[in-house]
Amino acid sequence: MHPAPSVILFTVLSGAGFGFLALLGVFGASGTAAFFLWGLGYGMAVAGLVSSAFHLGNPRRALLAFTQWRTSWLSREAWASVIALGLFAPQALADWLGFDWGQGFWGQGFWGRGFGIAGAVMAGVTVFASAMIYAQIRAVPRWHHWTVPLVFLAYWATGGVVLAGVAPLALPALCVLGGVLALHWHFGRHAFARAAETMESATGLGRIGAVSVFEQPHTGGNYLLREMIHVVGRKHAERVRMIAMVCSVMLPAMALAWLGGVTGAVLAALTHLLGALAQRWLFFAEAEHVVGLYYGQRGAGVASGSGGRAR
Amino acid sequence: MGQPRVETSRQVSDEVRKTTCYMCACRCGINVHLTSGKVTYIEGNRDHPVNKGVLCAKGASGIMQVTAPSRLRAPLRRVGPRGSGAFEEITWEEALETAVSWLKPLREEAPEKLAFFTGRDQSQSFTGWWAQQFGTPNYAAHGGFCSVNMAAAGIYTIGGAFWEFGQPDWAHTKLFVLFGVAEDHDSNPIKIGIGKLKARGAKVIGVNPVRTGYNAVADEWVGITPGTDGLLILSLIHCLLEAGKIDLDYLARWTNAPLLVNSAEGPEKGLILKNAESQPFVIDKRTGMPAPWDGAGVQPDLGAVWQGHRTVFQHMAERYLSEDYAPEAVAARCGVPAGRIRALAAEMARVAFDEAFELPVEWVDFRGDRHASMTGRPVSFHAMRGISAHSNGFQTARALHLLQILLGTVEVPGGYRLKPPYPKPVEAHPTPHFVAAPGKPLSGPHLGYVRGPENLALKEDGTPWRIDKGFTWENPFSAHGLMHMVIPNAHAGDPYKVDTLFLYMANMSWNSSMNSARVMEMLTDKGEDGEYVIPRIIYSDAYASEMVAYADLILPDTTYLERHDCISLLDRPISEPDAAGDAIRWPVVEPDRDVRGFQSVLLDLGVRLGLPGMVNPDGTAKFKDYADYMVNHIRRPGVGPLIGFRGADGAAEGRGEANPDQLARYIENGGFYQAHVPEGAAYMKPWNAAYQDWAVATSFYETPQPYLFSIWSEPMRKFQLAAEGQGFLQPPDHLRERLKLAMDPLPVWYAPFGEEAGEDFPVHAITQRPMAMYHSWGSQNAWLRQIHGKNYLYVPTAIWEGQGFEEGDYARVTSPTGEIVVPVAHMAALNRDTVWTWNAIGKRRGAWALDEGAAEANQGFLLNHLISEVLPGAGRVSNSDPVTGQAAWFDLRVRVERVGPRDVAEPVFDTLPRVVPKGRGRA
Amino acid sequence: MTGLPERTEKKLGLVIDLDTCVGCHACVTACKGWNDQGYGAPLSDQNPYGADPSGTFLNRVHSYAVQPDEMPAQIINFPRSCLHCEEAPCVTVCPTGASYKRAEDGIVLVNEDACIGCGLCAWACPYGARELDQAAGVMKKCTLCVDRIYNEALPEEDREPACVRTCPTGARHFGDFADPESKVSRLTAEREGFVLMPGMGTKPVNRYLPPRRKDRPEEASLLAPLLDIRAGGLAGWLDRVLGKI
Repeated sequence: MHPAPSVILFTVLSGAGFGFLALLGVFGASGTAAFFLWGLGYGMAVAGLVSSAFHLGNPRRALLAFTQWRTSWLSREAWASVIALGLFAPQALADWLGFDWGQGFWGQGFWGRGFGIAGAVMAGVTVFASAMIYAQIRAVPRWHHWTVPLVFLAYWATGGVVLAGVAPLALPALCVLGGVLALHWHFGRHAFARAAETMESATGLGRIGAVSVFEQPHTGGNYLLREMIHVVGRKHAERVRMIAMVCSVMLPAMALAWLGGVTGAVLAALTHLLGALAQRWLFFAEAEHVVGLYYGQRGAGVASGSGGRAR
Repeated sequence: MGQPRVETSRQVSDEVRKTTCYMCACRCGINVHLTSGKVTYIEGNRDHPVNKGVLCAKGASGIMQVTAPSRLRAPLRRVGPRGSGAFEEITWEEALETAVSWLKPLREEAPEKLAFFTGRDQSQSFTGWWAQQFGTPNYAAHGGFCSVNMAAAGIYTIGGAFWEFGQPDWAHTKLFVLFGVAEDHDSNPIKIGIGKLKARGAKVIGVNPVRTGYNAVADEWVGITPGTDGLLILSLIHCLLEAGKIDLDYLARWTNAPLLVNSAEGPEKGLILKNAESQPFVIDKRTGMPAPWDGAGVQPDLGAVWQGHRTVFQHMAERYLSEDYAPEAVAARCGVPAGRIRALAAEMARVAFDEAFELPVEWVDFRGDRHASMTGRPVSFHAMRGISAHSNGFQTARALHLLQILLGTVEVPGGYRLKPPYPKPVEAHPTPHFVAAPGKPLSGPHLGYVRGPENLALKEDGTPWRIDKGFTWENPFSAHGLMHMVIPNAHAGDPYKVDTLFLYMANMSWNSSMNSARVMEMLTDKGEDGEYVIPRIIYSDAYASEMVAYADLILPDTTYLERHDCISLLDRPISEPDAAGDAIRWPVVEPDRDVRGFQSVLLDLGVRLGLPGMVNPDGTAKFKDYADYMVNHIRRPGVGPLIGFRGADGAAEGRGEANPDQLARYIENGGFYQAHVPEGAAYMKPWNAAYQDWAVATSFYETPQPYLFSIWSEPMRKFQLAAEGQGFLQPPDHLRERLKLAMDPLPVWYAPFGEEAGEDFPVHAITQRPMAMYHSWGSQNAWLRQIHGKNYLYVPTAIWEGQGFEEGDYARVTSPTGEIVVPVAHMAALNRDTVWTWNAIGKRRGAWALDEGAAEANQGFLLNHLISEVLPGAGRVSNSDPVTGQAAWFDLRVRVERVGPRDVAEPVFDTLPRVVPKGRGRA
Repeated sequence: MTGLPERTEKKLGLVIDLDTCVGCHACVTACKGWNDQGYGAPLSDQNPYGADPSGTFLNRVHSYAVQPDEMPAQIINFPRSCLHCEEAPCVTVCPTGASYKRAEDGIVLVNEDACIGCGLCAWACPYGARELDQAAGVMKKCTLCVDRIYNEALPEEDREPACVRTCPTGARHFGDFADPESKVSRLTAEREGFVLMPGMGTKPVNRYLPPRRKDRPEEASLLAPLLDIRAGGLAGWLDRVLGKI
């Protein structure tokens, strides 16, 4: 799949932003700090959402995306994100302006952070819905897997605590994220094979013999080749996988554990985001869509057979 | 929310205009939809006899051709050096006067100094007539590098050819065998036919080195080695003869098998024995005595020996029963196992004889014998350039006709059926005319069918009359001329120099020439006097092809939707076996540029030159334009370019006076006309009295022309006799041996001349036409070029693995003539000694209004650079079939070596300067 | 609209005969031509005369090499377009309801007025049936020529998809799979029509007819020589052959 920058930015920023917002929603902040912290969370989440609009052919009609929540995960994501942002708003105002009903989780009792907690739940739902947009797609076997929402949620949770620089929470979260990533990649490796779709099943010609491309249907480009049969990045997959693991898990953990303080927190946040970007780039770049079978693109490292050429 | 309401009954367009397609040579009927005066959609015309509503990829993309940025916009005059592309726009008046100032003195002094050759011309009866009136012997269209082997072999053998001049009896055939048929001509009709066969599960066998297209859907594929089809066919004949599986009754009645071959030593040896009235005769089985070949009730004896003279049948049997033609003897050479050859012969025999059927149609033959029915033999064949474009192509095509004849499958139900005006024997065709005289028209048409050495276009000193050396000892039956030799010969001054080269719609500096790079040099070469060796070049084309840059004067043509055209029975009609048909094109839209239809321009030039037939006695124009000519030109009394709606009331068919409403009636009728063959005349046409009478009435000939199929070709034997030293007219010594070989009166196989390249060049290299492209035209089409924007050299498994090729690799391909470096791809369904590519995808940078970076101009390539226009050795003998002069494109032998990944194919030529701006968005 | 219809009255679709398709691309450009001026936005082309031309097509013809055991390789031409699936994943993922499957005939359509061009439906389709038009920014796909098949402005015989009407070999058939007596249903039954990637759970409506069995092993001659001509010579052969008349 084509790793479109708009979508990568969207999922990373909104994921981390909603994670941060969720953390704020639960734990709160106060005063001027609250203004900036909530602002940062909102900024990231909204920037992510805005960035996603760049992926649209017709962004002017984006509001229509709210209509199909009964079937469409994208629509659900839209609703969830708006609800989450809406729920966070009173909490953010309360934190900033110091309304007494919203002062801190521990100080004023559970209900004092009702909006924040509800927002946090909806933020989680938003990220889960985002993940399901990909996970629902059977035609991309690597995505069509329960580890995908896990990865998104792990980044969501980790992103929040890493951005907040809360080492006691962040270190275990990072460990979990590392494990989830490893699991996701482990299953991803053989996802396409498990889907059992081949050029033979795609064409139905397997009953005759082994199928390969003789001649592509067009020598010119098209949307499918650009969007779904992106092969450029696949050869860098291993390196990017390493970068993603090191940056989003190991470096932040080290920064928080050994460096600590503001420097450690900022470094952890930056490397984590960088790692998240790498992971998300890889998430697209190495995902193979079954439509590639029609073009003889059976995936990285697999020869496309006699006469097979991308173009 | 409910479903949106979808408008399902919108009006498609304001108006539909029906005309004839010109996206290839097929000439399908099209419905052109116009909205607000613009073409918005093109589809096939359901009523049209050629395509019956269907349309190919090219036809359906016509809308992108009429808006292509490559269209020329106004007349141009060269202002810089030739090939530099420096032109200035001029007015039509200037352009025409310039042309006249060049042509008029030539006509008055030496008309042969004009060489007028037309490429993909569909108005040859007109352009030929113009050249005839001008008086130059130097006229032909592109048949010499296209189809003449097939056309001539067909005419000389069965009085009609493959290509689009006949077709299998799709309704009845049960076994269809294609030899070397790629997508090229008659493409929709063949596809429709194959579809019919497939729908009822009939069997298709493809004999072709490459398994694509029709061969891909064939139930069996015979991956033959190029150039050996003739050998395979003669081996099939061997098998059939050996098993006695031949149609003896058919041979005895309808072919010259029972005629006697003169066995007496001397000038008549090998000619058909004639009686005192100079008529051939047969031996009647009932009496054992000679009887007229066309006598009623005669039962010709195929086994007769008369005074030591044996029948054609015996000569034929003796030759092909020879072990030289046994499957085991030819298998290795053909690349087809012996068992497979025997099985093929068996399958043909089984279907022809075990599945024979009677069609209950009563008919009377030319002898007056009455028949209660027609015997169907449901085996049919088709062939095209695959066997035709070799130096043994004529004889190979003849061999295939012989195979058809032995199985009794020509003009019978279930077999191969000719389309009117065919069948038409050699005798009904003119001989060539070529004697040029200052200020005088030629005495008859240029192109014709030679009966013997006496018809050759040779001057008294033995030198050729024609610039292309057509109708000479080098290629006696060159019925379509040799357009591919015009530029090389004019450049070499062999046989003489010309002054003006006038070309129409022929991309001679690129994909239509052998050795294109050399041709570019010839076009720009200057003599010691500083003048161009070919002093003047006039070129007419609708598009900015590679040839435009090499002309001195450009006459911009219209696109096919902006013009009148005439698809005439006088040249290349749109007939079906059951109907003669012709068609027109008419301007369904007006040109938005300063361009004119070439035929109208030619008429204008004719008037300015005062050519007979084009001017009235007072010197004024006889025809306003081509449309006027189409209606009012009279070729023979009552016969004009179009057969339909003749006579004052438009009711006459075939013959009748000119009808001023004729074109309106054609337009009303969908742009075409059909004269239906009467029931009972649909089959057995060469011998069917009902057909012969109808053909005379419909104007194809003046008297009935029944004839016998020529298994033994007497015209050929006459040339062989000359080569043996008989007769007054003698060939030059260096051509004697090849004439003896090639002019064999019985079909023969010899190795293509390309084989002389030797062991260093072990691989055959051929091209095919993609179904979605017509020659070079498709690349300027926004839709088609997305399908075929670049080509690969397809390499068989053994070479692919032997060379260690990988995806993305290029290969150096070397022939005795040149070298190219091109991208390769693997193909398993390919003859093991053959490589191939799509034809004419490669473009020169700067041409066709394409970007310099276009794949066509960077990765696309031509094989033309590897093909020499002359054979090795002295005498500048053309690289062509020695019988017809057909360009032997497919004789090419090469060597293939891996060079690893590259980005650009070689050779790379300078970017052509632009004569039209580079195309941007879609119009 | 959000979901797929429970059932559709008709199941309109195509049968594509892989035994007959010669790979001529006629259906490709006929489709382009019709839909360039038909339902919804035109099918745009980018850099049509440039170095890297690209455009929207709703139908593409692939060409595959198939290598059977022990037999020569085959080339099979393979047109690919929307299969109008019963369980169309492209419909359910659509966030705006622009993609829908018609209850009356099962045609999967895009309501371009509601399409935001997110591309999700194209991702969801295993068959590459959808192409996002780069000029209009909306998703384009085969409409089964919904503006032809019911078009009362067209003669009755022309009320079929443009690709079917133009196909020179007649390798494409249009009809109602819900009717067991329709041509498409009969062809599917007789020739064992199959669906593409059944494992994707999409339940395509369109069916492909498999190529018939091709080629045969080399076999001994079925054509016995009439007699040993080496013994009898030409004269003996002539006697035997002509004795037949």
